[in-house]
Amino acid sequence: MKILTGNDLGSGAVVWWTGEGWSRFVADAVDVDEHGAAIAAAEEAARRVNAPYVIEASAGPDGPVPAHIKDRVRSVGPTVRDDLALARDPRAGSYVI
Amino acid sequence: MYRYDQYDQAIVDARVDEFRDQVARRLSGEFTEDQFKPLRLKNGLYLQLHAYMLRVAIPYGTLDGRQMRMLAHIARKYDRDYGHFTTRQNIQYNWIKLEEAGDILADLASVEMHAIQTSGNCIRNISSDQFAGAAADEVGDPRPWAELLRQWSTFHPEFSYLPRKFKIAVVGSDTDRAAIQLHDIGLQLVEQGGELGFKVFVGGGMGRTPIIGACIKDFLPARHFLSYQEAILRVYNRYGRRDNIYKARIKILVTELGAEEFARQVEAEWREILPLGIDAPVAEIERIEGFFAPPPFETGLADDVDLSDPDFAVWVKQNVHAHKVPGYAIATISLKPVGGIPGDASSAQIERIADLAERYSFDEIRVTHAQNLVLPHVRKADLYALWQGLRDADLANANLDLASDIIACPGLDYCSLANARSIPVAQALAERLAPIERDPGELKIKISGCINACGHHHAGHIGILGVDRKGEENYQLLLGGSGAEDASLAKIIGPGFTQDGVVEAVDKVLGRYRELRTDGERFLDTYRRVGVDPFKAAVYG
Repeated sequence: MKILTGNDLGSGAVVWWTGEGWSRFVADAVDVDEHGAAIAAAEEAARRVNAPYVIEASAGPDGPVPAHIKDRVRSVGPTVRDDLALARDPRAGSYVI
Repeated sequence: MYRYDQYDQAIVDARVDEFRDQVARRLSGEFTEDQFKPLRLKNGLYLQLHAYMLRVAIPYGTLDGRQMRMLAHIARKYDRDYGHFTTRQNIQYNWIKLEEAGDILADLASVEMHAIQTSGNCIRNISSDQFAGAAADEVGDPRPWAELLRQWSTFHPEFSYLPRKFKIAVVGSDTDRAAIQLHDIGLQLVEQGGELGFKVFVGGGMGRTPIIGACIKDFLPARHFLSYQEAILRVYNRYGRRDNIYKARIKILVTELGAEEFARQVEAEWREILPLGIDAPVAEIERIEGFFAPPPFETGLADDVDLSDPDFAVWVKQNVHAHKVPGYAIATISLKPVGGIPGDASSAQIERIADLAERYSFDEIRVTHAQNLVLPHVRKADLYALWQGLRDADLANANLDLASDIIACPGLDYCSLANARSIPVAQALAERLAPIERDPGELKIKISGCINACGHHHAGHIGILGVDRKGEENYQLLLGGSGAEDASLAKIIGPGFTQDGVVEAVDKVLGRYRELRTDGERFLDTYRRVGVDPFKAAVYG
């Protein structure tokens, strides 16, 4: 599957396209199929996201799992600080890359 | 230390106003990201993996308690309660909001700080010896010269768009604590016939193409300091490769031309420049030197230290260095707790260090390129009280220059350029080696998460380079580097490892070292004596 990610313009936070808007949690990301570039262009033009790009992901039991390690780290936060990882994912602090 | 004059303050304040306006225009949509990116980078604001990152300049690694408190304030108010001290003697904040960037720069400006020239193809923050003005072995204090370079290079119109970034380091001792031979320009204060001058190295660097700098001038009279730097920069600016980012650093130009020919061109350019009279007047140099006058040291102080507390004694042995003034010492605060993140300090710790600097070190603090902090002027009689203050804030790590005092870049945990994580490798190695680290003594382990080498892996006695191998983290092991006066480049010894595998490999290397060493021999000495083969055999069988 293909999912769309970027950073929030104001806060810089990592965000994922949900089909209706942007979420902090990769679990909310949806497959954008071949529409990623068009969504990215429209959302960036509307300043709802900064520097969006499409990535490969696989479907996991708790939602999409980014294919590349860099985006897996982006999806959970620094792997060396449990307190800075995203609270919603209970595995975040000990995420196995 | 140096204090801003009206011109310094005016240009920094003006830059804050300008950037506030630029941020507002980005948030309103007037600027696209492509238009805004070069503007934010000129103010040290990057977009990293998780958020915006702000890199704040700490000129030649020197700051006072007031500035440290502001760094703590920024970490607490605008970030997530910590900062990260870097190998460029700067500090980075990892969770900055674009909307607040202008406020942060204004807060920095209120204590004579900024984030200018911490990015981009310009002359970056000048680095120096963390023991400057205190070292027993220095010919002269390098900081006035670093400050002169800062003033000369700040917003220098001719050198704001160089072929690539440009890093300068200045030291004042034969002992090189700033890795000058691994800089675009490395400057060492020397004395010749009673006259002060500089030994000039050019074309060193790490990154994709590591090179030890070449000495192109054994003695540059100090009175011609600026004109000669300008000549070097002009030759580079004219002939540096702008067609290929990987060949754009001055080290490539020096290598392609040859150091002798490069030096000849610099001399020719210098002859053109000299009559223009751009060198700083003696009065200006003396004005700047006045800011770096020695603090009011007491005389007649006792030189002995009560070492009856064994933990304190270990810390003194490892983290305290000789001072040029009797009765004083230089204390290094290691930011490398075993299992911690190299270079990170919490707001509370930063404030504690400000307190201790004000109380015990004439209000001076230094940042080292090894991601530690220094209190340069401590009365020996105060060392125990200082140590207690550090211990209470988990800052009394007695591991300076030992195996757990590891340099590590932020790596893939934070950095958008990284290919692999550095911090977990540093943590695993520190935990493995800390129990035995006093036996080998000095051992410099340096870890980078990509080929850009922010973790100085080329200069590690043991270096580790994280790479991306088919989407997985992989770590190459390098041996034999040094960033000191005996500079050398570490070499990759063979195929790479997993994260656990590289820790095991380092353990095997040290095991072989213990078998091969002679009395008092450091790992680096043994490696240089016996070569790589015994270590390859230990690692790969």
